[in-house]
Amino acid sequence: MLSVQNTDAPVTFSPELLGKFADVVSRYPEGKQKSALLPILHLVQAELGWVSAPAMDKVAEYLKIEPIEVYEVATFYTMYFLKPQGKYMLEVCRTGPCEIVGATPIMEHIEKTLGVKEGDVTPDGLFSWRGVECLAACGYGPVLQIGPEYTFYENLTNESVDKLISDLKGKANN
Amino acid sequence: MGRKLLLEHINVPGINTFDVYRSKGGYASVEKALKTLSPDDVVEEVKKSGLRGRGGAGFPTGMKWSFLAKPEGVPRYLVCNGDESEPGTFKDRYLMTHIPHLLIEGMIVASYALGAKTSYIYLRGEMMPQIRILEKAISEAKNAGFLGKNILGTGYDLELYVQPGGGAYICGEETALLESLEGKRGNPRIKPPFPAIAGLYGCPTVVNNVESIAAVVPIINEGGEEYAKIGIGRSTGTKLISAGGNLKRPGVYEIELGVSVEDFIYGDDYCQGIANGKRLKAVVAGGSSVPILPANLILKTINNENRLMSYESLADGGFATGTMLGSGGFIAYDEDQCIVRNTWNFARFYHHESCGQCSPCREGTGWMEKVLHRLEYGHGKMSDMDLLVDVSKKIEGNTICPLGDAAAWPVASAIRHFRDEFEWHVTNPSIALTSNYGLANYADPLPKLEAAEA
Amino acid sequence: MKVTIDNISIEVEAGTTILNAARMIGGDIVPPAMCYYSKLQGSGGKCRTCLVKVSQGSEKDPRPMPKLVASCRTTVMDGMVVQNITSPEVIEARKGVVEMLLINHPLDCPVCDQAGECHLQDLGYEHGAAKTRYEFDRRTFEKIDIGDKIQLHMTRCILCYRCVFTADQITDHRIHGILNRGDHSEISTYIQKAVDNDFSGNVIDVCPVGALTDKTFRFKNRVWFTKPVEAHRDCETEGCCGKVTLWYKGEDVIRVTGRKDEYGEVEEFICNTCRFDKKKTADWVIEGPRKVSNKSVISSNHYETLKPLPVVKTNPLLQEANKEQFERETRL
Repeated sequence: MLSVQNTDAPVTFSPELLGKFADVVSRYPEGKQKSALLPILHLVQAELGWVSAPAMDKVAEYLKIEPIEVYEVATFYTMYFLKPQGKYMLEVCRTGPCEIVGATPIMEHIEKTLGVKEGDVTPDGLFSWRGVECLAACGYGPVLQIGPEYTFYENLTNESVDKLISDLKGKANN
Repeated sequence: MGRKLLLEHINVPGINTFDVYRSKGGYASVEKALKTLSPDDVVEEVKKSGLRGRGGAGFPTGMKWSFLAKPEGVPRYLVCNGDESEPGTFKDRYLMTHIPHLLIEGMIVASYALGAKTSYIYLRGEMMPQIRILEKAISEAKNAGFLGKNILGTGYDLELYVQPGGGAYICGEETALLESLEGKRGNPRIKPPFPAIAGLYGCPTVVNNVESIAAVVPIINEGGEEYAKIGIGRSTGTKLISAGGNLKRPGVYEIELGVSVEDFIYGDDYCQGIANGKRLKAVVAGGSSVPILPANLILKTINNENRLMSYESLADGGFATGTMLGSGGFIAYDEDQCIVRNTWNFARFYHHESCGQCSPCREGTGWMEKVLHRLEYGHGKMSDMDLLVDVSKKIEGNTICPLGDAAAWPVASAIRHFRDEFEWHVTNPSIALTSNYGLANYADPLPKLEAAEA
Repeated sequence: MKVTIDNISIEVEAGTTILNAARMIGGDIVPPAMCYYSKLQGSGGKCRTCLVKVSQGSEKDPRPMPKLVASCRTTVMDGMVVQNITSPEVIEARKGVVEMLLINHPLDCPVCDQAGECHLQDLGYEHGAAKTRYEFDRRTFEKIDIGDKIQLHMTRCILCYRCVFTADQITDHRIHGILNRGDHSEISTYIQKAVDNDFSGNVIDVCPVGALTDKTFRFKNRVWFTKPVEAHRDCETEGCCGKVTLWYKGEDVIRVTGRKDEYGEVEEFICNTCRFDKKKTADWVIEGPRKVSNKSVISSNHYETLKPLPVVKTNPLLQEANKEQFERETRL
């Protein structure tokens, strides 16, 4: 069995979010609303920070599909967080081209700086980090991305990572 | 410096906006196609151009289009494959970031040629910034009358949407992409039927790479025959090469196919050589899944001819001594890079990205990763190399989709060309943890290696 | 359409798959199938054990196919020539697939309820190597109950997807599915839910291995010590054929399953009432002993002692139906 964070916290989607759902659904032919599943899960994650089981059940209800169809999809793709993460999830590319220009030392530096292991959240709830596979920015490595906007930070050095982290801390505290 | 067909105006300020793009001749191909050409004429031009799929497989785009089934009363779809996830490849991201209207323009012309009324651009979910860029460009084009109902008064209707993926390399495989677009797990479909017969929602569908679609614009503007004059042999036109790794000047380059590999690596117009004054050890020429070649074999073919950046020349020598142009993800390795570590890294990638649907890939990719991990970390055995080659053979060709081959080739080719280095890891496990095998004889002139082949 | 498989030709209808054409011929040339299930639409293509070589595509286009193809999902063309056991390449590839299927399999056959009727066991026996080359920890999962009658032992699963197709096609709501991806894929309900509806028990019958087992039968007996008897009842559940195989231990029905054909596929699906709730001989109209292939481990059960089971002694129908058995034993 998966280790699932099953919170009973009821999930309600705001009218604004539901409006966005409807806009996505309108892109597909009648009866093909399941196509909206991936975009809607991104919208849910941008709103809640992760996709909880109750949220997925709600999505299933909205799209008129079985909940398992949502679980199957959410667990297949790596971008959906199935448990809460830090406010800023630093995703560092660790694949070949980034690796040969120093991805591993960058990840070690992030681990040391944040003081948490891959996948864990800092005590202040601000940061998590993890290694991810190729982000298609191989000429600018090492790179990392931060959702939900998926802003890219390229040609990373320890110094640029330090600055990024302190900028984000500043942003969060304001 | 060769001609630029796609990136000619890349440095024009504001080229990402409709007005500037239009002022530079943008959307001329839409006017030309919709007003003066029939859909079949467009297909014919693309056929004449000799354009080959830029996503990696190199299948002729015009031929792919002509296979599209056209049953009465059934919608047809064009889906653009912007899943760009092959390690080493970042050209589509570059193109969409800086000149998004080129893709939109190509989508309109290609959709018209195929008779699609709704088309989708599927981008990997990590490309959220590019999704925002494209959505803005789409609304600009729509406002200008190039999308929507009755485009330019020609009676042709087209809606264009951008769809995000969720993080899965496998969705670059066209049928997995279609599954994903239908809101499902990215499991590749079992073929036949091919998408041209039953694709998106069971309807006839063409899936084309971002760059292939963009290339339709110059093909229509200049004519297929003109396009075919660029390049060499059956490698016609220009190609975006994503150059990464230990290069002095990595980045995206538009090359005329046929430039020599040596010129591409060392030329002033291109990558300007290896970074930090080091020497070249190896190259992965077309994205992580193509065979890795040592420096000597990437610069020259086994017959001592200059290796060119073309489908044919890179493939010269087959699996034994050649590689592939693939997606144009060009990764250079300097003398301090460890091939064992890199092979492990790639194997981990494919293990991570295997969808798990069919047994050889699901089980075999993990097995190879584990064996390579122990080789890299000093616990390898001499028999591991033969084991890896054997496991890779058990995967290759036996899977539902090409991910199995893509996982097998990097491992098999690395052992083929760098076996000394793998063996050195076994015999010097502790040294291998702190230092590396270096350049060894991998850049030596070829005849020596030819003897080793025999 | 004419298709030739391992030098044996047969005429089949258009749309027939190579595998089904081979099954029409029968015998050793039938490729093994771990994931294909003729009663489940869309199944097949995944396990790769049924790979064959198409050495001639068709009469019209005689070119061979470039790669081995999954015979369960490739339809025949007129004049197609196929090699299965006559192709060393196929044998080698199949051996590879079997090895892949086994590297993460627990090989806990001694304590597995499926032993004796496990397709992976048969496949391993016929095509596998005696030694493993895999030197790493095998993948394991916790056993879980999906509902009170079905146990899921994911560690043994080969991800054939049959149970998922079954839930999709035979039951009204699919609750379980494939989660995660690659070699982390697993059958699961995500958050613990009971798979519970009238036809859920069919996932046990379609499972080729011991991943989904009948909890009411669990550890009651080894299958080769049971005595299978065909029976039927007038079942009220809509969609249930009521035709089953009863598995006896002494006088007790210890298990009820659908009736399976020589390829291990049920002829028709049965409801949970028939499967789990009707375990008395009186519930059933007995048709006779199940014909068991003499190759099957089940055929090597207790018959040789010629001690008619108590249930046979008391039931005239069973006595009559067991005539052939009695006669055979007497001859020996």
